[in-house]
Amino acid sequence: MATYHTSEFRKGLKIQLDGEPYLMIECNFVKPGKGNALYKCKLRNLIRNTVIDRTWRGGETVEAADVEEVRAQYLYRQSDKFVFMDLKNYEEYELSKDQMDDAWKFLKEGMECTLLLFNGQPISVTPPNHVVLEVTYAEPGVRGDTATNVTKTVELETGAQITCPAFVEKGDKIKIDTRTGRYIERVK
Amino acid sequence: MASISPDDPWRPTASWEALCHRAQVLRQLREFFYREGFVEVETPLLCREVVVEAHLDPLSLTLFAHPSRADQGPRYFLQCSPELGMKRLLAAGAKAIFQITRAFRAGEQGPWHNVEFTMLEWYRAGDTQEQALGRLSRLVAQVLHTPGAQVVSYREVFRHHVGVNPWHASAGELRQAVRRLGLGEPAGHWPEDDPEPWRQWLFAQAVQPRLGWERPVIVFGFPPSEAALAQLCGNPPVAQRFELFVQGVELANGYHELTDPEELRRRLEQENHKRRRLGKPPLPLPQKFLALHQAGLPDSWGVALGVDRLVALSCQAQRLEEVIAFPTPRA
Repeated sequence: MATYHTSEFRKGLKIQLDGEPYLMIECNFVKPGKGNALYKCKLRNLIRNTVIDRTWRGGETVEAADVEEVRAQYLYRQSDKFVFMDLKNYEEYELSKDQMDDAWKFLKEGMECTLLLFNGQPISVTPPNHVVLEVTYAEPGVRGDTATNVTKTVELETGAQITCPAFVEKGDKIKIDTRTGRYIERVK
Repeated sequence: MASISPDDPWRPTASWEALCHRAQVLRQLREFFYREGFVEVETPLLCREVVVEAHLDPLSLTLFAHPSRADQGPRYFLQCSPELGMKRLLAAGAKAIFQITRAFRAGEQGPWHNVEFTMLEWYRAGDTQEQALGRLSRLVAQVLHTPGAQVVSYREVFRHHVGVNPWHASAGELRQAVRRLGLGEPAGHWPEDDPEPWRQWLFAQAVQPRLGWERPVIVFGFPPSEAALAQLCGNPPVAQRFELFVQGVELANGYHELTDPEELRRRLEQENHKRRRLGKPPLPLPQKFLALHQAGLPDSWGVALGVDRLVALSCQAQRLEEVIAFPTPRA
């Protein structure tokens, strides 16, 4: 099992704690003149996305997390399971709705995305930064109201609801930034 | 002219203005000690022996005689501080000496650390505690244009910021304080029976960041387990050691120097014991250092000050690399 020594600690390291993978998002070196070095780190849990603080004494080692990103295609949804296919070896992976987090809102069948594997098992998915989805339900807009600061909530083909300008109508295709979940523009 | 990126690895990380400022501070430091009647000395950076400390790791090299046999020859250390050489001079009769030199500490790299750094160290035989503290306070006030330092006891300042007595608190109580103060959780191996690492964590994270914002703060009287080479006095014993903090940065460290050769040997052996517990190889006991104590080290106070940190604080730099031309990663 690969390990990291505290002297190798840096931002971006992927480590394993209590059986779960974490990304080191911050690492501060503290060393009193006459005392032990401390490594005060902020870690993001790659499964649950929570952030924790952990402090190590210098000289310790920690297990590296076996984490890998693969290009995959979203195939279909089967009740609470989402099925993906690895584009390299055609292997199929499943994620639960919980593991999908917000990604289900933006993924439609056939879309390419990035799957994160931990010990060979999928733990999360990242959709493309921008996706184009069809509006399947929208309250009719008020005629002549083209101001973009008037908003309404519409439903997308994935079943997700999103806030967008009042002029967007049923059947429109809209571009969305999946990192913020925000409407960007209407696509002709 | 070819375009130059500020990130070209040959370039200094410090601006020319910062380096000129650094030169001014160095000059000010020398003038201060000349005025106080100190003699500037030089002792070797490359040393056959080092003071054994659990948490300081000296770099070493083989002093080979011919490059075709580069692995053959005695092992020499790059000094972690000039303490050893300067105490040899004191034992040989020097009275008031200072030195501005380079010191090296393996693994110490960060915003406020550089493996190779500049250290100012001074000793004066016959100083009283007041004289030693007063000189440091004047020096720092002069360079940083601050009022004189406020002196507080370790016990008081710890109790004030952490809420427990550092002398009597158990590892468990200190661990609770870490949690109560929201310092984050310990990871890896933290001993359940030894309060020292917990106390150091609390001091470094809950006390130190709050010290020295209105004026420099000197924390005096350390727990005996952190005495290093300072004398102990009182009952319960307190280490006659102080540290100076400015804006949360540890800037200087002073001792009423230990003179008893037997006690010295005991402490060096204890540090090697700690090293083994930390999984580090022990270091050879410094024989010339022990011998000079047998011959007699005069009663004295010694202070070491981080010059890079002082320069950084005096020009509002946020990291040492803003005041060091070529920090170790770019050296």
